[in-house]
Amino acid sequence: MAELIRSTYGEALMMRKSYGEALVALGAAREDVVALSADVSNSDFSNMFEAAYPNRFFNVGIAEPAMVDVAVGLAKNGYVPFCNTFAFLFATRALEMIRTHLCYGEANVKLAATYAGLSDSFDGPTHQETTDLAILRSLPNMTIVVPADHLAIARLLPQIAAWKGPVYFRLCRNEVPQIYTDDYLPEIGKGIIVQDGVDLTIITCGVMVARCLAAAKVLEAKGIHPRIVDMHTIKPIDRELILRCAAETGALVTVEEHNILGGLGGAVAEVAGEDCPVPVMRVGVADRFAETGPYNDLLDNYGLSMNDIVSAAEKALLRKNR
Amino acid sequence: MTTIETAVKNSVYPYGVKHSPEMVADLSQRANAYRINVLRMVYNRKSGHIGGAFSAAEILTALFFHQMKLDPARPDWEDRDHLIFSKGHACAMLYTVMAHRGFFPVDELMTFRGFNSRLQGHPEPQRTPGVEVPAGPLGHGIAIGAGMALAARMKSAHNKTYVILGDGEINSGVIWEGAMVAAKFGLDNLTAILDYNGVQQTGTTSKVMPTEPIVDKWLSFGWHVIEIHGHNTLQVLEALDRADEVHGKPVMIVARTTKGKGVSFMENNSYWHGSSPTDAQFAAALAELEEEVALWQN
Repeated sequence: MAELIRSTYGEALMMRKSYGEALVALGAAREDVVALSADVSNSDFSNMFEAAYPNRFFNVGIAEPAMVDVAVGLAKNGYVPFCNTFAFLFATRALEMIRTHLCYGEANVKLAATYAGLSDSFDGPTHQETTDLAILRSLPNMTIVVPADHLAIARLLPQIAAWKGPVYFRLCRNEVPQIYTDDYLPEIGKGIIVQDGVDLTIITCGVMVARCLAAAKVLEAKGIHPRIVDMHTIKPIDRELILRCAAETGALVTVEEHNILGGLGGAVAEVAGEDCPVPVMRVGVADRFAETGPYNDLLDNYGLSMNDIVSAAEKALLRKNR
Repeated sequence: MTTIETAVKNSVYPYGVKHSPEMVADLSQRANAYRINVLRMVYNRKSGHIGGAFSAAEILTALFFHQMKLDPARPDWEDRDHLIFSKGHACAMLYTVMAHRGFFPVDELMTFRGFNSRLQGHPEPQRTPGVEVPAGPLGHGIAIGAGMALAARMKSAHNKTYVILGDGEINSGVIWEGAMVAAKFGLDNLTAILDYNGVQQTGTTSKVMPTEPIVDKWLSFGWHVIEIHGHNTLQVLEALDRADEVHGKPVMIVARTTKGKGVSFMENNSYWHGSSPTDAQFAAALAELEEEVALWQN
């Protein structure tokens, strides 16, 4: 198992640039891939696709609802459109388009939602997005994928293009450590045990995978051996893996850069509560808006510090053994 | 079935044929007869939208029986022209016209809005053969149409894209986002028809949300605008032809229509946006529509 992990704090790469590179590679592999922009292409790095394939790139202006609808038309006529903008603009401003045409109408449109979580830290709560997983998870036919690092993006993006139906691809704005080795082979819909353990399971996604791996070291020093799961697909959630981890380790902790309501923690609690009730502790933002500041300071102060993860694990273990 | 309804023949006048007086009279008469189907559908279910369905009768009839390249046996045919019926609430008329065009049996119309029906309360592509995108939440048509038109252009395909909008619908902001996108990309393979009946759910458009000067609005957004009387079938047919001749710009046909057209007590009355008739109202409306059809037959 250990060969999956390069280093908990491997060399950091700008995640949105990793996305831009992966999108260009995808454009080379598939001529039916087109990209749409709501005029933030030098923020989301879809401008890399524009430079490579100017005839397959459409800037519709600062008009996110129209961007999603134009993509619906392109998808209906055989293209695989990738819409690009900030996560909050998809999840809140363009939500009705997503719900009516992507989910109900089954339009094959992909949403690359960057600046998710608290990662647009200095722009503040107007631009941060900690509610998108809950909002989008409630929509039938939606698929939600959250990559953890550079390699995860490169491996998942072609699958997203090939996936039948809409996908919400949740991306971080900032530099994130490269944690995976070349042996990391994610498949949409299947969580991955990235580190095995017996005492409890920490289920996480995205940038938090690296933090959980670091927290695991702290726990191990205390004689606690957590299993770590990279649940890169939030929907459809990997029920089988959740139930297996619940049965085998007896306690679950979820860690997500999202409100503790309705996201990964909600999904895991729903599955475990119905079919294998064990203690579940949710680590995340405590149902409030954050503020402006350095990214790591926000994570540390809004519920996602190393200590938050460690103490949730200890609490889950106490309840398991009670 | 009355003799008038069974008298409706489903002749298709292929794209390009001359608009003969016989063809115009036939399509006009059928548009009127289709109003009877819509009346029966809404009366039967005690649910549906009559007013905006009646105002779109001639427009839909002209598109489906002449202008659009379609094959009912292949609803997903790659070479078909596209239609987004963006004012989806008025779909009783869309379904009626599509049924007579052969997309599904005319008998099925009476299942409209019922449980397990292929004819949902608002258009749904998964259930209804030939319907391409959902509609109902208003405002999507222009932007989706722009995407379809962009796709056709990238493929160098000749498919045209038509969008039918309500006038209340253009209160929605995304209409104007889409209008700018279509103009930016010079989508001359996109034609929108505004069913400009002047009445929306709670009153006249002039009272609810003034839309005039409507022609200037679309002109200023970079569209080519054609203004017509939307119940005059010949004008509808000619406007669609003229739209084909426009280059470098999307086309807006402002079709001046009457909400509830054909039934005196329904015309220009917002009550008939979404109300269903009583038995007496049904009988009175039916009599008026049958009289109108008979006039065309003579």
